[in-house]
Amino acid sequence: MSYPSPLEELVRRVNQTREQRLKQSFPRLGAEEKQTLLKKFHPDYRADSFAELEVGPNAGERAPKELVRVLEGDSPVSDGSLGFGEFEYETDVLVIGGGGAGCAAAITADDAGARVIIATKLRLGDANTMMAQGGIQAADKENDSPAIHYLDVIGGGHFTNIPELVEALVTDAPEAIQWLENLGVIFDKNPDGSMKTIHGGGTSRRRMHTCRDYTGAEIMRTLRDEVKSRQGITVLEFSPAVELLTTPEGEAAGAILLNLNLNRYLRIKAKTVIITTGGSGRLHYQGFPTSNHYGATGDGLVLAYRAGARLAFIDTMQYHPTGVAFPQQIVGQLVTEKVRSLGAQLVNRNGEQFVFPLETRDVVASAIIRECQEGRGVKTPAGVDGVWLDTPMIEVLKGPGTVKRELPAMVRQFARFGIELDKEPILVYPTLHYQNGGVAIDAMCHTSVRYLLVAGEASGGVHGRNRLMGNSLLDVIVFGRRAGREGAQLAKERTGSFFPGLEHLSRWRQLLRERKGTGVSVSPVLLPDYTRKPGNRIGGQGVGEV
Amino acid sequence: MNENLIDIYIMGEHHQVPDSLTILQALEYAGYRLTRGVGCRGGFCGACATVYRVNGDYHLKFALACQTRVEPNMQLAMIPFFPAHRPRYRLSELKGTAQEVLDIYPELLRCYGCNTCTKSCPQDIDVLGYVSALLRGEIALAADISFDCIMCGLCVSRCPAELVKHHAALLCRRLYGSRLAPRSTHLAQRIAEIRSGKFKAELEQLKNMDRKQLQELYAAREVEPEE
Repeated sequence: MSYPSPLEELVRRVNQTREQRLKQSFPRLGAEEKQTLLKKFHPDYRADSFAELEVGPNAGERAPKELVRVLEGDSPVSDGSLGFGEFEYETDVLVIGGGGAGCAAAITADDAGARVIIATKLRLGDANTMMAQGGIQAADKENDSPAIHYLDVIGGGHFTNIPELVEALVTDAPEAIQWLENLGVIFDKNPDGSMKTIHGGGTSRRRMHTCRDYTGAEIMRTLRDEVKSRQGITVLEFSPAVELLTTPEGEAAGAILLNLNLNRYLRIKAKTVIITTGGSGRLHYQGFPTSNHYGATGDGLVLAYRAGARLAFIDTMQYHPTGVAFPQQIVGQLVTEKVRSLGAQLVNRNGEQFVFPLETRDVVASAIIRECQEGRGVKTPAGVDGVWLDTPMIEVLKGPGTVKRELPAMVRQFARFGIELDKEPILVYPTLHYQNGGVAIDAMCHTSVRYLLVAGEASGGVHGRNRLMGNSLLDVIVFGRRAGREGAQLAKERTGSFFPGLEHLSRWRQLLRERKGTGVSVSPVLLPDYTRKPGNRIGGQGVGEV
Repeated sequence: MNENLIDIYIMGEHHQVPDSLTILQALEYAGYRLTRGVGCRGGFCGACATVYRVNGDYHLKFALACQTRVEPNMQLAMIPFFPAHRPRYRLSELKGTAQEVLDIYPELLRCYGCNTCTKSCPQDIDVLGYVSALLRGEIALAADISFDCIMCGLCVSRCPAELVKHHAALLCRRLYGSRLAPRSTHLAQRIAEIRSGKFKAELEQLKNMDRKQLQELYAAREVEPEE
């Protein structure tokens, strides 16, 4: 037993009730029960952690305070000092962000004959896509259809999703799977070649395609390898964009990058710009730990907003119900939903179930927060709240060896800290996982700024107020490909001369002065700061503050 | 938080850090604001592959900095970048034979089986096992054994024969996934149905429904049972 003694006692309670719980199926909640639970316990409903935007296209709307601070920030770039007329690079399509959506866009634009540059903050492929374990949805089985998938998506999003975007997502899904397979992604299959598929939270058909529990990693490393194979794609690593360039008419025209190795600006003139910078978990909304990549600081939202693009659904974040609560070293890291797909139940300190394990993520997260607030949670020695996720149950339900076979990444992660997933339950608590909203797009990824496209987690509207498991990997591939195709086409059509500049930034600065005065922060923030300083988070996962 | 401080050495420099931290967290605690040697912080990206040693012991140890707890008297270093060879090839031009992999990575034939690669793998993958499988022409097996590779490249940095095995393994997996794995008929069929417009009308109808109609349909969904 690898748990400290106060927890050991509680583990025994989970073990004792397992046999009895095997026979119980916790009832699903009705629509009204769900709304009551969400309003009472979901972090999106904590009014005091939101603020109203005063500047920009979404002025008057609310967003988490941490996001408002960076959206209403000033640029690190000075207006006139760049000496325009010379560009280090000129290209047809500039893709900002080298994750799943960015690579899919670049490959597709290259297929369409465009010259492509990918500018990325860290290494190519350093992105949330790499970390997605659970799977990717597509309605490709006989008992399923894009229409059934549509209903699951829009119900999961509480009927707030943009219909055209959901239609695009579910219609392109099977083709996205085939595209990935043609690039060499290895999906879990039966011997006859049919896809092994499972349920996810909120799915009415088993349509989750998996690559063990390395689904995102398998997709990302394959896309990255394909990008490297292509001479038409130039990759600039450690070069995040810090400001967009626009024409006097307000159209996108390129970007200024910061080369982090040399601390030097690079100017890129581009006919179309595609933002694929992903999410913002590293802003640690409401002090939550996060499952996100180190670079997930919402840069694309900041850049697009300053250039005049409207955002959508920025008042809603996804808190993944099962972030690690113990051991302390990996608090906030993700425990994939696949664990519940395989049959593991959520159990409180009394050894009782308290929610149907495959409700949508917002509902399960709220139920866990309720258990802890009402005293039925477990406190770790470090003071972190949690409930049990009964992983040994999978072995009972699906046979010995299932955990090791289906969840190798998780087994490895916990074994490093002495916990045997197939024999002991684990402690979990919601972790900041996904930015439900982002830059408003249409089905071809256009934004309200001409020649500026957005795809993936940086966009908003596909998932409404709550995303289902397996629809973000799908989102990055479907909309990444759409953006790549459309970006190449728009570049072809933009034949006249145009002059990239920073007029939008001068206007933005004037607005900031008028509405906010001095004292605004500089954004995008690019990377979080976890060094030991007053106010910083030690450990970077919400382990505690100095 | 546990404030039991221990001594560690970062690139030779002495620091005291809480013993509850991972190597990555300890570097940050000591004051390093990292751009290299840090990535997903969840054990999936291979950016923080680390070589370390404990004072008094000559053995080199290998780990992911984000997944390994610090221990007293660790000598830590960062590996910012490793210049692994990666020839340009187009998957679409390959058929899926082991010979093709060997043509692209001929140095694989220089392997003399020392097993240093396996010992250096932070994922505990049988690296020599998949290299041997590949040399025997078994691409499917090489793909299977190497599946959990996070491409950190430690195996390459330690290889006396300079084999770029993590890239060769990726090629094996891509060949298996695209050329050798059995294809699913249901996927191709569904794509054909979508292209023929089979679901268009139904989706159009759903798109135009009001919230109440959608809610009713959603509540009445039939849920496919578990296996």
